[in-house]
Amino acid sequence: MSVTGAHPGIFDGLPAAPRPEPGGNYLTQTRGLRSWLLTLDHKRIALMYMLGVLSAYLLGGCFALALRAILFHHNTQVFAGNPARTWEFYNNMFTLHGAVMVFMFVIPAIPAVIGNFVLPMMLGAKDVAFPKLNLASFYCWVGGGLFFCFILLKGVLNVAFPALIHLWGPGGLDTGWTFYTPYSTTTNSAVISATLGAFILGFSSILTGVNFIASIHMLRPRGMGWFRMPLLLWALYATAVIQVLATPVLGITLLLLIAERTLHVGIFDPALGGDPILYQHFFWFYSHPAVYIMILPAMGIISEVISVFSRKHIFGYNFIAASSLAIAFIGFLVWGHHMFVSGQSPLADAVFSLLTFAVAVPSAIKTFNWTMTLYKGDIHLKTPLLYILMAIFLFTIGGLTGLFLGSLSVDVQVHDTYFVVAHFHYVMMGTTLFAFVGGLYYWWPKMFGRMYSENFARWAAVVAFVGMNLTFFVQFIMGAQGMPRRYATYPAQFTIYHQISTIGAFTMGLGMFLVLLNLLHSLKFGKKAPPNPWGSNSLEWQTTSPPPTENFKTRPVPGDPYDYTGWRYVSEEEGYVRIQPPPAAPVPAAP
Amino acid sequence: MMPILAQIGSRLWMPPAASSFAGNTDWLFYFVYWVSVIMFLLIMGLIVYFVIRYRHRPGNPVPRSATAHATVLELTWTIVPALVMLFMFEKGFHGLIDETTPPDYAYTINVTAYQWGWNFSYPNGATSNELHVPLDVPVKVVLASQDVIHGFFIPAFRVKKDVVPGRYNTAWFEATRLPPVRSDGKRYFDLFCTQYCGMAHSRMRAKVFVQDSTSFQHWLDATANWVAHTPPAVAGHKLYQIKGCMQCHSDQPNTIIVGPSFHNLWGHTQVMSNGEKITVNENYVRQSILDPGAKIVSGFQNDMPSFRGRIKDDEITAIIAWLQSISDKGPKPLPMTAPKAQAQAHTPGTAPKQGGQH
Repeated sequence: MSVTGAHPGIFDGLPAAPRPEPGGNYLTQTRGLRSWLLTLDHKRIALMYMLGVLSAYLLGGCFALALRAILFHHNTQVFAGNPARTWEFYNNMFTLHGAVMVFMFVIPAIPAVIGNFVLPMMLGAKDVAFPKLNLASFYCWVGGGLFFCFILLKGVLNVAFPALIHLWGPGGLDTGWTFYTPYSTTTNSAVISATLGAFILGFSSILTGVNFIASIHMLRPRGMGWFRMPLLLWALYATAVIQVLATPVLGITLLLLIAERTLHVGIFDPALGGDPILYQHFFWFYSHPAVYIMILPAMGIISEVISVFSRKHIFGYNFIAASSLAIAFIGFLVWGHHMFVSGQSPLADAVFSLLTFAVAVPSAIKTFNWTMTLYKGDIHLKTPLLYILMAIFLFTIGGLTGLFLGSLSVDVQVHDTYFVVAHFHYVMMGTTLFAFVGGLYYWWPKMFGRMYSENFARWAAVVAFVGMNLTFFVQFIMGAQGMPRRYATYPAQFTIYHQISTIGAFTMGLGMFLVLLNLLHSLKFGKKAPPNPWGSNSLEWQTTSPPPTENFKTRPVPGDPYDYTGWRYVSEEEGYVRIQPPPAAPVPAAP
Repeated sequence: MMPILAQIGSRLWMPPAASSFAGNTDWLFYFVYWVSVIMFLLIMGLIVYFVIRYRHRPGNPVPRSATAHATVLELTWTIVPALVMLFMFEKGFHGLIDETTPPDYAYTINVTAYQWGWNFSYPNGATSNELHVPLDVPVKVVLASQDVIHGFFIPAFRVKKDVVPGRYNTAWFEATRLPPVRSDGKRYFDLFCTQYCGMAHSRMRAKVFVQDSTSFQHWLDATANWVAHTPPAVAGHKLYQIKGCMQCHSDQPNTIIVGPSFHNLWGHTQVMSNGEKITVNENYVRQSILDPGAKIVSGFQNDMPSFRGRIKDDEITAIIAWLQSISDKGPKPLPMTAPKAQAQAHTPGTAPKQGGQH
């Protein structure tokens, strides 16, 4: 198998991207729009993904703020004298927020952006195993994503401006991102188009997963055995396995949903002789593993960053690596905990509850290991580490509140309430987003060759962190008191919690805006980045910042990725340089 | 120690417990809560301490990697949490079994959920859109849905179960205390729909009244055949409120919630979506209730569920009487030949005002 795309493939008929010129870096070696759109370079694909994923985040985030604004009062009337229209508006918006955030932001964010950029370089390789597949996955994402957003936005806009229906017809989705039957087979919103969009997005996810699995198997350099890989690679590997095994189930489920709506085959709709609970089984068989697609890569980033900034070997490497695989495996067996109150048998409830607690154990192991990595370290509290510590803080809350949801009798009370909303956002939004932003700051110098403003970045982090907790912590309280989720209006006794939450959401929005401002500012005004600003020992730092298109002039020799004794900070360089030559002969691969 | 701590926390977290098994649920909630608080403080305390204690200072010794691994420690923090969680699992499962096993002698109430409302029917034929339950008596609810999945949730009782079309789910509870007085001066608990069911999902709430057995029995008897003992127009207005009509139809002038307003509807001519013109009369009203999709007023969608099987003939008659009373084209009062006082007493126009005060 060749490493880069010199072999014949589906792009042969297309005009080739311009050849890179020698000298310069991957950003400057070729120029022009076509050199980006047809690029096979994993780094450029990663940056295009970044643009797309952050746009999706902006869209989903704006709608989150709109939802929180509506919930500021317990009976907000957006359209005077027409409450039903307000409810329809809200329902379309929360569906858009959830579906866009899940399918277009949280799932692809870390693997497709940071994974794509970093994975081949951590392996000391020129590119991923299948560069053309990588580009194909990006266009699946763009195509599916644009279609998906168009359908969903149409619904929101149609409610806001009814005249638009004459322009582009009905559309929209008001089922929530879960598409529960039989509501989704009976509502007159555009379920078929929307599921088709999600289906195509699923393919993008599968292709990325296949690519990562092949890359990690085929491209590890001599001397990098499985247990000498950086932990981010373990996390991405476990994620990729889930992507490849679980996503097809979602695809099949969505196709069955389309078949039921168009051909009236009774699968999920009881009116046609189907079983609505069957849909939930199929859906959560994908969507529960999918939450590990969202969280595992974040755990990988945490493991990298916490060790580098403690200047100390990661604690319990084997346990962290094994716990990623354990989470991936057990994660496939816990889907039934989404259905504790659906009327499934108490035996099934018991089995799923027990397995749910089982999946909490590896998560706890990781948290303890991260904590111990700090012990007796030499800790540099730079922005990436600050974000990572915030992510651990949020993950601890998100993880511990999972224990409430796993305990059957307590789950009965908090199921389908804001308690679940808060839990989910602490893990997905808190941990994954904060680790993602931390990772962006961490690899930003490598990506663009520029340093960001450290003080500004820290303040932005604090604003976002305060906003995050303000938004979601009160949701635990109102959830325990019984506030159901997906409510456009609510009983007045919950008003105070909703108001705090809304204020928090806008604070968080401000924090995120400051992050964006800082990163954009750095592109133009940031200081030039040294090759290794943080003193990491993993291979992506052993080349220039930004790297050339082929990543390395000479293939680097891997050592222990968490052994920092070979690097020393040199203030003239404003970065770390080697104080001893790399080992002469590659270490034999561990079994 | 634990119960005292639970007392402190209980104001903030769980709502007041009002069913027989709520105490067990709350005990486990606060057990998990305090385990979580302790674990959280432990981890965060250590992180904050380490970050401060081992912060970078010039001349710090290079960290040694000897502390990169400790099997005994790793095994400890794997096994101890696993055992604690096993305990939580056992307690939770035990609680669930209690919650899913009603006593044989439980009083049964049939619950029907529909888009968007609740209907509770009692063994003596009484039906209501508010749940009335006797105090200190185990009550089993048999849950059925007419359309999509709904969720039956009474926070004060710690009971929740999805209402799934095509099957019966059951739940039970025993109310152990009277509800608090609410802002409208009545005493009730909240009942929420917790499974997203479309447009008016957030309005699919109901009130839960808990009564001692005497007043419950009294309410039951009065509810079973109240229509027969109530003036038709008054009964019609009440039916409008309790059958769920008011979720979508306003009785005020020029107000549209989802469907057409009922104000000045009777006797007026409406244009249907197929262009047909219909003057609202008895048979049109009857058909619109039992077969709502048959004739749709132009400009509206076919959103209404059929009430066939959920409404009796004398109830439709009462609704017709009320519709007449709130229209300028309703039947005129008796000619003025009768004594003045008597005629006023029968003026249909007075009925909705009375009804409105309920």
